[in-house]
Amino acid sequence: MKKSWVAYPYVVWMIMFIVVPLILIIFYGTVRTTPQGMEFTLEHFKRFFEPLYIMVLVRSLYLAFICTIVCLLLGYPVSMILASKEYRDKKILIFLMVIPMWMNFLLRTYAWLTLLEKNGIINTLISFIGLPKMDLLYNQWAVVLGMVYNFLPFMVLPIYSVLIKIDKSIIEAAEDLGANSRTVFRKVIFPLSLPGVVSGITMVFMPAVTTFVISRLLGGGQFLLIGNLIEELFLKSGEWGFGSALSIIMMILILFSMAIMSRYEKENEGGGLL
Amino acid sequence: MSYETINLIDVSKTFDDTLVLDNINLYIRRNEFLTLLGPSGCGKTTTLRIIGGFEEPTTGKVLFEGKDITHVPPYKRKVNTVFQRYALFPHMNVEENIAFGLNIKKISKNIIEEKVKNMLGLVNLRGFEKRTVDSLSGGQQQRVAIARALVNEPEVLLLDEPLGALDLKLRKGMQIELKNIQQKLGITFVYVTHDQEEALTMSDTIVVMNEGHIQQIGSPIDIYNEPKNAFVADFIGESNIVNGIMIEDYVVDFGGYIFRCLDSGFGEKEKVDVVVRPEDIKLVPPEQGMLKGRVLSVIFKGVHYEMMIESNGIIWKVHSTLMEPVDTIVGINIFPDDIHIMKKVMVS
Repeated sequence: MKKSWVAYPYVVWMIMFIVVPLILIIFYGTVRTTPQGMEFTLEHFKRFFEPLYIMVLVRSLYLAFICTIVCLLLGYPVSMILASKEYRDKKILIFLMVIPMWMNFLLRTYAWLTLLEKNGIINTLISFIGLPKMDLLYNQWAVVLGMVYNFLPFMVLPIYSVLIKIDKSIIEAAEDLGANSRTVFRKVIFPLSLPGVVSGITMVFMPAVTTFVISRLLGGGQFLLIGNLIEELFLKSGEWGFGSALSIIMMILILFSMAIMSRYEKENEGGGLL
Repeated sequence: MSYETINLIDVSKTFDDTLVLDNINLYIRRNEFLTLLGPSGCGKTTTLRIIGGFEEPTTGKVLFEGKDITHVPPYKRKVNTVFQRYALFPHMNVEENIAFGLNIKKISKNIIEEKVKNMLGLVNLRGFEKRTVDSLSGGQQQRVAIARALVNEPEVLLLDEPLGALDLKLRKGMQIELKNIQQKLGITFVYVTHDQEEALTMSDTIVVMNEGHIQQIGSPIDIYNEPKNAFVADFIGESNIVNGIMIEDYVVDFGGYIFRCLDSGFGEKEKVDVVVRPEDIKLVPPEQGMLKGRVLSVIFKGVHYEMMIESNGIIWKVHSTLMEPVDTIVGINIFPDDIHIMKKVMVS
């Protein structure tokens, strides 16, 4: 087969933006500078196992997990509504769903600041009806809220696109064979939508676990997540070695969870889970 | 005992202001093989979907063994459907697909296993239990779809052009198989097709439909031999349809000759449609013919030759096992038995 020259720009792109940065990260993560020069070391990885850093990781995973669950619980019904017969042709709804994604990520998160502030819009409304003002900002729920808000479309879109592709006659066949709408959902629609659910979970969980902007703005810096930690190591304290090691650990964790997810998906092709 | 299983009473259906079914009245007898036949868009599939419960009629009623089921959802009807594109569950294997309906009814595992096994035997798919649906050929998927519907022992099986996607040879085989299954199990089949040959082969009763109206209901032989109007004549089999004038009872003028026929009861000099099947036209030496014509073209069709013969400005399609070469002058005879006179209808 003739090799196509069309692929070369892509290969170059891959090398420049994926392979080289990866090699650099591994290099920084496993090397330390001594007066004699550079030498191989695993001390950066060892340092990660201090309770302080483990806590940061656990907190990151925990918040990302909550965010993913909330996104799934909100996103699935929304996708079903969007894919339903009544709204199927109304592309405007999907459009509305996607519009916020066109705006700058920071801007959207700042918008929540003004909503949740001590003297922000929500508290003003609350005091207007005579209730005491609440501390809405700078706690972990504000962080989760920001994550859910920002990542919800990543849950809705893959589920929606799987749901809309399900052949209507398959659903009719299930009804025809005696399934009421609950059974149709349980035995046909949900199992067939699992690939969308899995990719939705992956697409929400991964950015949620590594975010640093949302936790900095809405958490007020009190909720150090793994993303914030890496950011600080690189930009403030200049400890590139430890920062790189943390990045590698995160990558391994994400790859590991993706592997579990894809295996889970395969096992459920038979729809035997439910 | 002829006992009506399903009754459609004054059923009409509109989709977005378009009238799809216009006042359909139809009864389906127990254990019969009834075919809804017509060109695409004639409303046959909509009729089937109304019986299945997937559409509700805009007006009118559906009775099942005398009870009104117009608003009963599909999952509560004792009717099962074989869908046009099979609609098998892609996430289940063959066995799970067939057992779907039984599992919902919470029947014990042993009985389900037994029934699924019997069904697989009936549709010749033993040994395919664990195969995934997309590893099957079209014909095999079709059998699974039929088994999946039949295993629930429905009173009525609805089939929506189930053989449409199969090749000719497979289709012929499946037609006979379906007919055998229907006779063996004694289930009422309601079959939708646009293929007139398929309808003639399998049915006890054919319902010819066009543009939301029933054109004719009858046995295959009735419909073929005694088409009620030009549409049915044209749709079922091939035919020559020409304009004629009734001179008086039993005498009709068409094609430049005055023929004797078996029809009466038309007005004097009434304009009518005359239908003659191509195989009913006899070719004779020119001097013995009622009409004389010139052969325009000859096509070999396997069993017979199809010849186009021009006579007095009319082109007749003639089927004959004997071939007359192009440009030969031949005589044409048409006997009273083979002349079908129809009232002119306003067909748009």
